[in-house]
Amino acid sequence: MPELAHAADRRDAAWWVDRAVRILVLAGGLSAIVFIAGIFVFITREGAGFVFDRFDFREFFGSPRWTPTSSHNPTYGALALIAGTASVTGLAMVVSVPFSLGAAIYIGEFATGRVRETLKVLVELLAAIPSVVWGFIGLSIMNPLIIQTFDVPVGLNVLNAGVILGLMAAPIMTTIAEDALKAVPDTYREAAEAMGATRWQVTFKVVLPAARNGLVAATLLGVGRGFGETMAVLMASGHSINLPTSPFDSVRALTATIAAELGETAAGSDHYGALFTLGIFLFLVTFAINFAADVFVRGGQRKHRRRGRRPAASANP
Amino acid sequence: MFEATAQNRRNRKVEGLFRLLFLWMTCMLILPVALILGVLIVRGGPAISWEFLFTQPINNMTAGGILPALVGTVWLVVVALIASVPVGVAAALYLSEYAPDNRLTRAINLAIINLAGVPSIVHALFGLGAFVIFFRFGTSILAASLTLAVMTLPVVIVATRESLQTVPLAFREACWNMGATRWQTIRKIVLPNAISGILTGVILEVSRTSGETAPIMFTGAAFFLPFLPQGVLDQTMAMSLHLFVISTQVPDVPEHMPFGVALVLISMVLAMNGISIAFRVYLRGRKKW
Repeated sequence: MPELAHAADRRDAAWWVDRAVRILVLAGGLSAIVFIAGIFVFITREGAGFVFDRFDFREFFGSPRWTPTSSHNPTYGALALIAGTASVTGLAMVVSVPFSLGAAIYIGEFATGRVRETLKVLVELLAAIPSVVWGFIGLSIMNPLIIQTFDVPVGLNVLNAGVILGLMAAPIMTTIAEDALKAVPDTYREAAEAMGATRWQVTFKVVLPAARNGLVAATLLGVGRGFGETMAVLMASGHSINLPTSPFDSVRALTATIAAELGETAAGSDHYGALFTLGIFLFLVTFAINFAADVFVRGGQRKHRRRGRRPAASANP
Repeated sequence: MFEATAQNRRNRKVEGLFRLLFLWMTCMLILPVALILGVLIVRGGPAISWEFLFTQPINNMTAGGILPALVGTVWLVVVALIASVPVGVAAALYLSEYAPDNRLTRAINLAIINLAGVPSIVHALFGLGAFVIFFRFGTSILAASLTLAVMTLPVVIVATRESLQTVPLAFREACWNMGATRWQTIRKIVLPNAISGILTGVILEVSRTSGETAPIMFTGAAFFLPFLPQGVLDQTMAMSLHLFVISTQVPDVPEHMPFGVALVLISMVLAMNGISIAFRVYLRGRKKW
C-alpha cells in the first residue's frame, strides 16, 4: 500500500533542515581537528626541506652553537635555545606554582561570598593582559629594578623573564586548579567535617588528595604556557645565546628565536627551514604537554563523576 | 562536654595561620600587577591626548600619534570575528547538542585544547605557511586575521559550549515532546536562552585578539605604514606590534610614548574583559531558573 507508506514518511521540510544543520555543525566541530592537523601539515611542509637535507639530530640537540647567518659555516644547534626556554620556564614555575595553588586553595576553600567573586574576577583580569605588555613591563620596569636591586650590569635575564612569565602563567594555573578543587564533590567535605575535621584538615587530608590529578594538570598547562610564550620572553630575557649558569645570565628562547629571525630570512633557505623545524619541535612538545594534562584531567573526572554533567548528549528525541 | 579542648584550640590556631598564608599568596599574585598598572598609568598617562590617539606617527615614529595602529587593530579584530564566530558557534552547538560520547568527540575536544595550547609563534608559522604562501593571500589583513581566528577559536567554542549547557535539559525535553526537531529546539529554545552567554565569549575573543602580537608579525602587520588600510588585502599597523616596535626596534623614542601605547592597549583589553564579566554577573542575577 504505497499511500500508507507515504503517510508514514515524516521527512517534511523541517526534517531536511534539521539534517542540513546537523551536517553543518558537525563540520564546525570537525574544523578544530582540521585546523590542528593543518598547523602540523603546513609547518612541516615549510620545514621539510631542512629536516631532510640539512637536519642533524646530534647537532640540533647537542650543540649550543646557533649561527644560521654565518656565511661560510652556518650551524643549527638548538641546545642553548632549549636551555634558555627551560631555565626561564623552570624559574617561572618555581615562582608561580606555590602561589597559584595557594591562591586556588584560598579562593576555592576559604573565601566566601563577595570576596570570592571579587578575587575570581581579578584573577581572570590578570590572565587577560597581553604578552607584549608583559614584555614591555619586563623591559622598562623590571629591568632597571633588577639592575638596582642586585647591582648587575644587565637586567634582561633569566630572573626577569622568569618572574614575568610566572606572573603571566599564575592566573591560568589558579583558575584551572580552582576548577579541580571545585570538582571534588561536597559530600567528601561534609563527611570529613562530620568527623570533626577543621577546614584546613579537610583541605589537606581530603580535598587536595582527591583533586591531585587536576592540580597536576594545572601545573602542566602552566608549563605549556611558559614554554610557548613568545613576546614577553623575547623582550625580557636579553635574547643572547647562552647556556645559563646563574639567574642573571641573559638567554634566548626557542620561541623568541623564531619571532626575531623569521622576518630576515628568505623563504626556502636553510635558515628559514631551520626556524620552521624549531616550530615543529615546539608544536610536538606542547602537544605532548596538553595531551598529558588532558589525561590527568580525565583521570580526575572519572574518579568522582558527578551526575548530569552533559545533559543533551545522552538524551535522544 | 562542648568546651573547647586544647586540641580544638590548637586546631583553630593552625587553621587561622593557614588561612592567612593562603590569603597572602593570593595577594602576592594580584598586588604586583596592581603596582605595575599604577606605574603604567603614572608614566603613560601624560602621553595620552586626542592628538595622540587620532594622528599619524611622524619623525620615524618618535613623535605624533597612533591612529593607524588603532584602526589596524580594529580591522584585524573585526575580520577575525567574522571568520571565527560562525565556526566556533557551530562547533560548540555540535559538542553541546549533538555529539555522542565517542572517540570523535574526544578527538575534537583534544584538538580544541591543543589549539588553545599551541604557542602563538607556531600559529604565526602556520599562518605564514598556509594563508600567506599556500593560499596566496600575501601579507595582508586577511591572512593575519585568519591566523588570529584559528588561534582564538577555542575561546568562542568554550564560552559558547558553557553557555549552551546552562540551558536546562527540561527546556529541550518540553520542546521535543511537542514534536519539534532538534534544530527547531535549538533555534527557538536553546539559542535565545544562551545568546547572552555567547556574546560574553565573543567580547572575550575581541580582548584576546586585540592583544596578540606574534601571530600577526609575519602574516599582515607592518612596522610602519603612514596610511590607513583600504581593504582586507592591505597590510596594516597594529597596537600590539606597534608597542613592540617602538619599545625595542626604534632608537630615540621619548620614554612616555611606549608607556602611552601600553596604557591604551591594556585599557582596551581590560575594558573588554570588564564588560564581559559585568555582563556575565548581570545575566546570572537575572536568570529565571
